[in-house]
Amino acid sequence: MEKLSQDYRSAPFFDELIDHKGSPRPPAKQLLHYLESLPPEELEKRRQTAEATIQEMGISFTVYTDEGNIDRAWPFDIIPRTIDAQDWKIAEAGLKQRLTALNKFIDDLYHDQNCIKDGIIPEHIIKDSKNFLPECVGVSPAFGVWAHICGTDLVRDADGEFYVLEDNLRVPSGVSYMLENRALTKRVLPELFENDRILPLDSYPGQLFETLAALSPRKVPQPEIVVLTPGIYNSAYFEHAFLAQQMGAELVEGSDLFVDEDDCVYMKTIYGPERVDVIYRRIDDLFIDPETFEPESVLGVPGLMRAWRAGNVALANAPGAGVADDKVVYAYVPALIRYYLDEEPILKNVETYLCENDEDREFVLAHLDQLVVKPANESGGYGMLVGPHSTKKEQQTFAKLIKENPRNYIAQPTLKLSTAPILTDKGDIDPRHLDLRPFILQSKDTYVTTGGLTRVAMKKGSLVVNSSQGGGSKDTWIVDTKVTEAKGE
Amino acid sequence: MLSRVAERLYWSARYLERVENTARLVSVYDELLFDLPREVEISWYNLITINSGTQAFDQRYKNKDERNVVKFLLSDDSNSGSMLSSLKMVRENIRTTRDVLPQEMWELVNELDLYARQNIKQGINRSERHTFLNTIIEGCQKVVGLLAATMCRDAGWNFMIMGRYIERADMNTRILDAAVSQMLQSEEDEVIKLGQVIWTKVLKSQSAILNYRRTVRSTVNGAKAATFLMTDNYFPRSQKYCMTQIREAASTLPRSGLIAANIDKLLEETKSVESSEALNHDYREHLNDIQLAIIELNHQITENWFYFRQGDAA
Repeated sequence: MEKLSQDYRSAPFFDELIDHKGSPRPPAKQLLHYLESLPPEELEKRRQTAEATIQEMGISFTVYTDEGNIDRAWPFDIIPRTIDAQDWKIAEAGLKQRLTALNKFIDDLYHDQNCIKDGIIPEHIIKDSKNFLPECVGVSPAFGVWAHICGTDLVRDADGEFYVLEDNLRVPSGVSYMLENRALTKRVLPELFENDRILPLDSYPGQLFETLAALSPRKVPQPEIVVLTPGIYNSAYFEHAFLAQQMGAELVEGSDLFVDEDDCVYMKTIYGPERVDVIYRRIDDLFIDPETFEPESVLGVPGLMRAWRAGNVALANAPGAGVADDKVVYAYVPALIRYYLDEEPILKNVETYLCENDEDREFVLAHLDQLVVKPANESGGYGMLVGPHSTKKEQQTFAKLIKENPRNYIAQPTLKLSTAPILTDKGDIDPRHLDLRPFILQSKDTYVTTGGLTRVAMKKGSLVVNSSQGGGSKDTWIVDTKVTEAKGE
Repeated sequence: MLSRVAERLYWSARYLERVENTARLVSVYDELLFDLPREVEISWYNLITINSGTQAFDQRYKNKDERNVVKFLLSDDSNSGSMLSSLKMVRENIRTTRDVLPQEMWELVNELDLYARQNIKQGINRSERHTFLNTIIEGCQKVVGLLAATMCRDAGWNFMIMGRYIERADMNTRILDAAVSQMLQSEEDEVIKLGQVIWTKVLKSQSAILNYRRTVRSTVNGAKAATFLMTDNYFPRSQKYCMTQIREAASTLPRSGLIAANIDKLLEETKSVESSEALNHDYREHLNDIQLAIIELNHQITENWFYFRQGDAA
């Protein structure tokens, strides 16, 4: 490969690997040096290895289309994204701080609601939130923690600083792909792992297990932990199976469980009923218990809420935790951190306009061509308007939607999302926008993944990184540059 | 172990065994036709009869020729027992039970499935069929080997053992039945010449020929071959061995009494064949009874462990 960085320019965006002068950033130095040493055919060969490995490992996700569900191979770019361990340390502290405050906030909402009484957050935001569940009021989950597993999306703006884009507190997915991306890279670029400056990340399943085990209502040496999946047709089924396997937990579907008259949850085994202590549920709140919520749901377990309220089973994440996973609440998170922790937020929020505020709404409607508009309660990048990439007609549609239901929309400036080089189909190196989803675990202790899942918009210029909409992903390296320097490289 | 998971493991092993057996069957038939005297009429269509596929086949094809038969057995989507359909079912059942299986199992099955789909034409055209089928059989054995070397001997293992051996026993009787029926159809003056060829191939199809020679120490004939395949204690594809494996696996699981008793009864009825004359219509009836008993056994396994009823405490 020719000198990669020479003609590579990504300005005005911040590039993760190569600075605006075309020099490798310190954590990417060795990686780029190595890639440059490979002839183009070799690079192509590695790419093919990655593709074949993905097929063999069966790494897939499901896409819903008009023609039915398609199981697609995981789109993966072989060039890792690098982050300096020093930078990451700060982000990590910020993520822990954020989730701690969010959990205090959720616990407060379902108890005394001091944050409303003290005027930190307006009452109507909770009253109108479809994720606030009255059925959860007064329940006290262990450690006061409601969101045990959180996927927070981080982006870097043109200044290279991390910003929080959103917090996913319901059933965040992607962590298995983070682990598989690393496994893939080890097969494709094994030479680069010979020294130990790339921080390992395989401790996640163990940490997840510890986090869940700490929640067990029965204090037994081996609590029964299960992963509750909606089943094979869910787009994240691969991940559910992966995590259950990695944790040595049982992967169950709703029909494998039942709640008995003693308000305890049991699973149907070949030996008869066995008591379940902790359920890592990957089913949305409204489908977990047809007795309490959606009566038509066949995914859930009748009576599950009864068992949870009685304290006989732990649910992770707790029902109702999604109230903080709301793009309107998002705007208040810095204030919540100050309120609950008496600390300054370490990670910044992206500036957010709440369409329910008259002033903000006027501004949003006047600048639809420049802003990103998001519905407050959708995930997966659905129902979004990316202003600069939208047509007049799309803008008109959104103007109407916003006027009809202002509470349901927020807007943010179009960020100059950072980029990293990908290997294109033609074999060139070209910048693409990306984000980062680290995962944060909290119960007795708090843990943050080393890096996270990097998602890339594979289309040139595109800002949409969701795998359901043509996004791909990369391995994420947290590189200890101090070690490298000490070794004299 | 979840009842649902147990059921899927059981079926993944059954289907995997079916993939291998289908490949074996086609492969041996291929050879058989080369070795038979020209005047003997054996049609590929027999393979459809053995697998109880006549109705499905006739709905789909007019010509009962080699190409259609092989296509039906190996690649036909509409045939739920075809090799590709079975492979798909292996994959589907494993996809939903990956958490209790060795990690590499999923990769191996994926590899096998990919290979089969990408090279299926080789299986249908005669020139490369042998290599193709061999690769499939090897692929299945790789999976079985992986399980043998890495899987915990827990309940899941025992359900897979039951699935594998019930499928194997079922195919064993079908192959025997096909050979007996072929012999009964042939002209008297051909019987001796034909017997040698057919029974050798039957043994070969079960990888049994060398074991047969070492154990039986005589030339191949119908009575001895059938006896070997039914009653040998040590050969891992014999009826007796399969049933013993199922009983052993079942006995590690709760509430296995009735099933063990039924297998004992079936074993008692598994007898040696005294002479080739005894391989007659009555013997075919006997094989048919065994097949019915195997179906009943499958039913009992399903009722006992997979259809969970609340209150069935351990």
